[in-house]
Amino acid sequence: MSKPSEDHRPPLLAMRFLHWFLRNDLEEEVSGDLLEQFRQKLLITTLFRAKLDYWYQVLNYLRPFAIRSFALSFFMGMFKQNLKISLRHLRRNGSLTWINLGGLALGMMATLLIALWVYDELTYDRYFANYDRIAMTMQNQQFGDHIRTWNSQAMQLAPALRDQYGRFFEEVVTTNYSQPHQIAWEEKKLIRTGNFAEPGVVKLLALELMSGSASALEDPSSVLISASTARAIFGGEEPQGQSLTIDNRMQVRVAGVYRDFPKNCSFANWTFIAPFELLSTTEHYRERLEWGNSWFQVLVLLNPAVTLDQASAAIRDVKKNSINEEYATRTQPKIFLHPMSKWRLYGQFKEGINTGGRIQYLRTFALIGLFILLLACINFMNLSTAQAETRSREVGIRKTIGSRRDQLIGQFFSESALTVLLSFILAMLLTRLFLPLFNQVTEKQVEIPWSSPLFWIISVGFMAITTLLAGGYPAFYLSSFRPIRVLHSLKRPKAVFSLRRILVTLQFGVSIAMIIGTVVIFRQINYAKDRPIGYTQDNIITIPIKSPEIMRHFEAVKRDLMQTGDVQAVAASDVKMTSTYTTNSGFTWDGKDPAFSEEFHTLRATYGFGALVDWQIVEGRDFSEEYGTDSLAFILNETAVKYMDLKHPIGARVQWGTGEDARQFHVIGVVKDMITTSPFEEVHPMLYVLHYGRFIHYLNVRINPESSAQTALTAIEKVITSYDPDNLYEYQFFDQEYAKKFNDEEKLAKIAFYFALISLFISSIGLLGITTLVLEQRRKEIGMRKILGASQKNLWLLLSSEFLWLVLIACVLAIPLAYYYMDSWLAHFAYRIRLAWWIFVLAALAVVGITLFTVSFQIIRAAWQQPVQSLQDS
Amino acid sequence: MSDQRLGEFEEIILLLVGILAEEAYAFRIGDEYATQTGKISSIGAIHATLSRLEQKGYLKSLQSDPTPVRGGRRKRIYRITALGQRVLDESRQLRQSLWNQFPGFQDLSFSYE
Repeated sequence: MSKPSEDHRPPLLAMRFLHWFLRNDLEEEVSGDLLEQFRQKLLITTLFRAKLDYWYQVLNYLRPFAIRSFALSFFMGMFKQNLKISLRHLRRNGSLTWINLGGLALGMMATLLIALWVYDELTYDRYFANYDRIAMTMQNQQFGDHIRTWNSQAMQLAPALRDQYGRFFEEVVTTNYSQPHQIAWEEKKLIRTGNFAEPGVVKLLALELMSGSASALEDPSSVLISASTARAIFGGEEPQGQSLTIDNRMQVRVAGVYRDFPKNCSFANWTFIAPFELLSTTEHYRERLEWGNSWFQVLVLLNPAVTLDQASAAIRDVKKNSINEEYATRTQPKIFLHPMSKWRLYGQFKEGINTGGRIQYLRTFALIGLFILLLACINFMNLSTAQAETRSREVGIRKTIGSRRDQLIGQFFSESALTVLLSFILAMLLTRLFLPLFNQVTEKQVEIPWSSPLFWIISVGFMAITTLLAGGYPAFYLSSFRPIRVLHSLKRPKAVFSLRRILVTLQFGVSIAMIIGTVVIFRQINYAKDRPIGYTQDNIITIPIKSPEIMRHFEAVKRDLMQTGDVQAVAASDVKMTSTYTTNSGFTWDGKDPAFSEEFHTLRATYGFGALVDWQIVEGRDFSEEYGTDSLAFILNETAVKYMDLKHPIGARVQWGTGEDARQFHVIGVVKDMITTSPFEEVHPMLYVLHYGRFIHYLNVRINPESSAQTALTAIEKVITSYDPDNLYEYQFFDQEYAKKFNDEEKLAKIAFYFALISLFISSIGLLGITTLVLEQRRKEIGMRKILGASQKNLWLLLSSEFLWLVLIACVLAIPLAYYYMDSWLAHFAYRIRLAWWIFVLAALAVVGITLFTVSFQIIRAAWQQPVQSLQDS
Repeated sequence: MSDQRLGEFEEIILLLVGILAEEAYAFRIGDEYATQTGKISSIGAIHATLSRLEQKGYLKSLQSDPTPVRGGRRKRIYRITALGQRVLDESRQLRQSLWNQFPGFQDLSFSYE
């Protein structure tokens, strides 16, 4: 043995541990063997490794044959015993056990679902390697007294940023908006959502190319497609180098395939990326678009050395400096950057200032989730404690026959641990069961992160805390009783009562608030749904016009459609009647304040459009082919008349454009306001104008209500494809498109509804627990009262009024809070309900009803009991 | 024939005990196991097997005199019992009989004893 190794000793802690668990008779030989092993290791390896090896050897002695008997019983025997008693105990208390278990499981499930949802939202867009450096340019513009914010930009912006502010950015990329396009390969045609972008997008998004080169988009006749698009088009065939046709107009060659973006990111619907250059040349953008046409998105990748605020401040006036003075002073355009981390959750702007957005819902639901979990835990503890209290005599007996206190503590803890564990398993099963429904409601694809260590750490930590809290009271308090006292005296130790009542009140407060919230959301949705639309949506379909042939032969198409007999009316328009988001400005009229920066929503349509949607003319007339001058006529809606402050709208002259482009229009009619954007918004001032030119994008067809929709649709398809054989025929029903506008709110309503139910259920469980406990403790009192002549009705009134008080206090607390919260929610909508008093009364009554139901059940059972029974046994 | 079969690991340990004779204690056996088979086994695992074999009566053990190398601690030296010998022998005979029936090796003659 060499000298230096003599000085090194095996790790002390390991030796102590070994000494602690090893059988005494093995001590000498084993420690000798391990020492020898340690010394031998030292000769051939480092001290650290030798120590590690020593630990390894020690842990390998944790075998049944080597562990001393006390340790064995500590690990196994006691646990086995406790487990057995716990199981018996759980079984004995059948229904109460299930209620307790189910309540906790339900709470865990609700919280887990919310947590998964919140996590999914918080990790939105995190997929991108340059997450911290990607931003979108936005602009604020002055409109009269208001500032409006939007994320669309002129195609001139990106070049200006590159030239003047190049040092702030690694990439500046113009993109279009992701839209459905028809992709054709040989005979195959399909619709895929995709986008056009400048070549820098590959680097900006750090696109994961599976084949092809990063510079592919430099070539304007190339395209990058996602793996799923490649599969959809080519099946098993090699995509690289294949030629595709986009929208029948653009020839491209597949230059690369990239891995699909995950579902929870802003680019999820980019299933192909074509060069922006290609779009721009095909559509002649360069010749016709100027700074005034904010049609595109401009994304930037910040230089690592630059902060977002620096870059954002620097580029503020880039647009203002590039446009003429009149336009600049009128609109005051300010460009700024919106970081990727805020796209999803902070997308709302008011007067040019970020006012949050989705994050508010997220916070609300996170709070609700935490509350539900808290309620479930409180219940669980309440019920466990309540049950445990009735076992003080058991504790006395156990102690008398020689149970040690630590054994009792272990017993109570293993009971609560077992229940918590079972609840957790149940919660997991429930979550798995309800996850598909949840995903459907929230339109997400979240999964339980089985393989995430963080998930398990949190779960185990949560279970440990609940076990400690729920088992703590019985474990430490009950086990401290002196047997003589519990066995001898009739009095049971006083419980922590007031706290429990506060908690039950809190629970009901939350439930009441959630019921109010749910009712308000549902009412608001129904209110908007019942809002008069002002025109007819029934049986009307919109067909996107994909080929210029249709408008070239518009009259013929119309005639052919009418001849099918299944069609009542045909008219074309530039936008869908259900989403008239096109706005125009540059109008002047007599009496207009020169400083007034006006903006109108506009809809361009052919003759007959008004009759097709059956709009209501309140003054003047509709467009008519009998008058030759209608191509320079406007029809206004009532809001526009007010907006323009016209005393006599009919015949009023309006100039559109300035200088050489100016054209003189006159107003020929006023229509009743119609809802053509969001049913929650105010009606915008709107102009209708005749148009047969290049802005027309949709064909609107009213189907004869006598015909079956299926035959009509096939007949229409036949006509359309005879004029446009190259494109896939698509259509949408007006009413279905309109119904989609309620999607977000309905989603919210459903989630609120489900969680209100869960919360109410958990509260009821809590109430059930506390009733059981109270009645148990007052059994003798009830018996006495009966003997002294109290009727069952008296008893019921006496006992249930106590709980009603709790609910009333909960109402007083919850209603103002719910009022405040829902009032601020409704403020988001221009068209909204008033918070009627009856909603609050209804919620309170519902909760009172549920309380009475829950409580009465137990009370009646107690009141029915023969007094002799309750008084005799003690 | 004994109805108790030896596991492979058990058989090797038994054989090593025989080979090491006076040196047959847990650490040394583990060491030898590593050199002979090229596989590493923890001392705890060896010890567990030794104590199981002792329980079955294939091994007996006694404590040696204290040695300075181990800080004055004694070691437990194992020896094969007669029963152990017989079980080993049975195990070998079974193998040999199986080998003899294996056609590919019919013509190879091994001489035992």
